[in-house]
Amino acid sequence: MSQGNEAGRQNSRPGARDDARVIEVDIPSDVQYIEKVVELVQRECALMRFGARQLMLNLAVALTEALSNAILRGNNDDPAKHVHVMARVDPGQLVIEVQDEGEGFDLDRCTSDPTTPANVEREDGRGLFLMRQLMDSVERFDGARGNTVRLIMIRQ
Amino acid sequence: MSFAITKEAEVVVVDVEGQLIVGNRQELKQKVLDELERGEKKFLIDFSQTGYIDSSGLGVLVSLSKKIREQGGELRLANLNDDLKTLFELTKLDTLFQIADTRERALESF
Repeated sequence: MSQGNEAGRQNSRPGARDDARVIEVDIPSDVQYIEKVVELVQRECALMRFGARQLMLNLAVALTEALSNAILRGNNDDPAKHVHVMARVDPGQLVIEVQDEGEGFDLDRCTSDPTTPANVEREDGRGLFLMRQLMDSVERFDGARGNTVRLIMIRQ
Repeated sequence: MSFAITKEAEVVVVDVEGQLIVGNRQELKQKVLDELERGEKKFLIDFSQTGYIDSSGLGVLVSLSKKIREQGGELRLANLNDDLKTLFELTKLDTLFQIADTRERALESF
């Protein structure tokens, strides 16, 4: 499963190093797989000495949100569709790409502020907000396989 | 991932073991709603054994808080670790819930 140009772009990023580890997984659109994928990426980051808080808060929540969006929204919870995850971790940073088979969305327009008095009692609307609060960078683009969300977390 | 329900005096105590995320939030919701339907009014959710919570887990807590209030009941949360506290602060949900540092303090607060 090659990432082609996307991987090439990451290699040129500041902070990227030769001792990077790359994992790729492909999961059916089923939310029961989310925890396993998070565990897998947490393990890789732990090897690179990312701190407990980044593993259990930033990474865990942001990746859960990205996978959940891909499965439930991008792929409409259709078990015949798949979500592809690529994680590239080095001692400086983690880059994750989550690709679904959907048409994509406007990240800015879809992110609302759940902390306003009008929104704080809403049951939904916190996913993208949390992803952006907890990651150093969140981007959406049309990748080779489809709609892609890229998360970057700098090791602290 | 599981939810253990016990009764302490008049309070239904739910221990969230593992994650509270999109894959299991409905289970928590249904268990609490079943207790509410049986006439229980006082609820404490204890997070001392919880790993992480995602936005849909937070959404279920908001939903349960409303439903319990509508029935004249009360909900308390207890034992949020530092990461979970940060999550509640980021979303300002710390202003919506009554959160106690320990299970004992939460039980005393009813």
